[in-house]
Amino acid sequence: MSTQMLSLLVNAAGETAYMVLVALSIGTLLGAPLGVLLATSGRGELFEMPLFNRVVGALVNATRSIPFIILAVAIIPFTRVVAGTSIGTSAAIVPLTVAATPFIARIIEGAVRGVEPGLTEAAQAMGAKPLQIVFKVLLPEALPAIVLGLTLTTVLLIGYSAMVGAVGGGGLGDLGIRYGYQRFRPDVMLAVVVTLIVVVQVIQSLGDRLARKLNKRVR
Amino acid sequence: MIRLEGLEKVYGGKGGATHHALKGIDLSIGKGEIFGIIGRSGAGKSTLIRTINRLEEVTEGRVVVDGVDIGTLDKAGLTAFRRQVGMVFQHFNLLSSRTVFGNVALPLELAGVPKAEIEKRVLPMLDLVGLDDKRDRYPAELSGGQKQRVGIARALVAEPKLLLCDEVTSALDPETTQQILDLLRDISRRLKLTMVVITHEMSVVRDLCDRVAVIDDGRIVEAGNVFDVFVSPQHETTQALIAGEIEAALPKSLRRIIHDGPPKDGENPVVKIVFTGPNAYDPIISQLSRVAGIDFNILAGQVDYIQNRPFGILFVEAKGGLADAEKAIAFVQSRNLSAEIIGHVDPDAVPAG
Repeated sequence: MSTQMLSLLVNAAGETAYMVLVALSIGTLLGAPLGVLLATSGRGELFEMPLFNRVVGALVNATRSIPFIILAVAIIPFTRVVAGTSIGTSAAIVPLTVAATPFIARIIEGAVRGVEPGLTEAAQAMGAKPLQIVFKVLLPEALPAIVLGLTLTTVLLIGYSAMVGAVGGGGLGDLGIRYGYQRFRPDVMLAVVVTLIVVVQVIQSLGDRLARKLNKRVR
Repeated sequence: MIRLEGLEKVYGGKGGATHHALKGIDLSIGKGEIFGIIGRSGAGKSTLIRTINRLEEVTEGRVVVDGVDIGTLDKAGLTAFRRQVGMVFQHFNLLSSRTVFGNVALPLELAGVPKAEIEKRVLPMLDLVGLDDKRDRYPAELSGGQKQRVGIARALVAEPKLLLCDEVTSALDPETTQQILDLLRDISRRLKLTMVVITHEMSVVRDLCDRVAVIDDGRIVEAGNVFDVFVSPQHETTQALIAGEIEAALPKSLRRIIHDGPPKDGENPVVKIVFTGPNAYDPIISQLSRVAGIDFNILAGQVDYIQNRPFGILFVEAKGGLADAEKAIAFVQSRNLSAEIIGHVDPDAVPAG
């Protein structure tokens, strides 16, 4: 593989990292509050809003039931409004974020629901206000599960990012399709595949290790 | 200090199945008192204790603490009120992500106490519960008893006037239970705390409480001084709860040979004698044989102290049959102690002794 190819690979890896990290960050910013609300707005819960719970729950399910490649194409008009264009790596962040947000919301919801209800009760008995319960009890206790969930989301987004080549996004997937497949370059394809495998392995083991470090439940 | 007036709690409704958990509870708990509420599981005791800090809203009735009807408090008022009421839980409910220090500090953090002062108040608390060497440990590294000590320190760190204990020893082994009860009693005396203690174990009431109320199916069926309730339980639930304690004194092998009902010819009655009150120290047994001339065989017995007053139970077999047993009962009753025939044994079943 030539230096030129190598620089293409590094470039593509950089684009993938950029898309995934930005989508993950914005997705977490939007998804985390949604997830906490989903976990706490049911009947008899901290922020009781049954209607909100049902509507947002349905919306999240709707978004998650659309295959990503369809979603990316279907929301092109929206992408154009947000990013100014529907083509390119930055534009690809829009559908990635739209897919990531409900996924993260469900992840966070599950993690928060996993916190022992007795802890919420204990905090209420101490005179904790609802927001204090979220930030002092629910989120710290759910953190190991949240870290594992975000690791899962990152790997998922790397997979999705390979598809945004179809709507003009760059990245490793795009490189593999255009050079490896369409230009009959098995060496490029192999390099892309190996890079993806290594990156996913590293991310997963880092996430696992961090979650284990944060989890004080098992010693 | 606490008055519960006509508390009713109904769960459910709106077409679904309803559950009437509390049915007209009236109770009054004095300042500095350790008040026990005992009942079987499902009797409503957990609901009852949670009405005191309004973790449970009542359907009907009033909870008045220090003259304030807590049902009328707004959000801010309720928050302020709860900060003066500590609560300890059966399953400890400690934050696994926080150290011992962090857990005990939590109520102060929530109240916005400055960091330097938090440290100044948490450390003496850890000292008080005997965990000063565990401050940087996580709950997962502690034993059940140690976890409950953290729970107690956390409940006390904000200097509450009232401590609610919800089955605090039910998840602990007997030895640890005793240590926790000792700690609670010691603390209540030192800090002059009012305590409400929920339990299903009569021994917790006996070892810790001043007064007790027995709850059954959402109603208070009996209430009073612990000693009196223990010695002469009126309601069958109370009797059953206490019987569990006392039967422990009657070995299994004996329980098998004691039969219910009055003795027939050739069978000897078994008499239960209960020693309480001012005559509990009298040498009843030797008088029985000497003065009344009755031969008997002691089957089992236990002597206990409740609130520093003696309380004993003796199971004896009257060797001379029914007539002797009745004579013995009359004699015991003449000394203001209680005695009754609880069954009979075959004369050969028990080795003479």
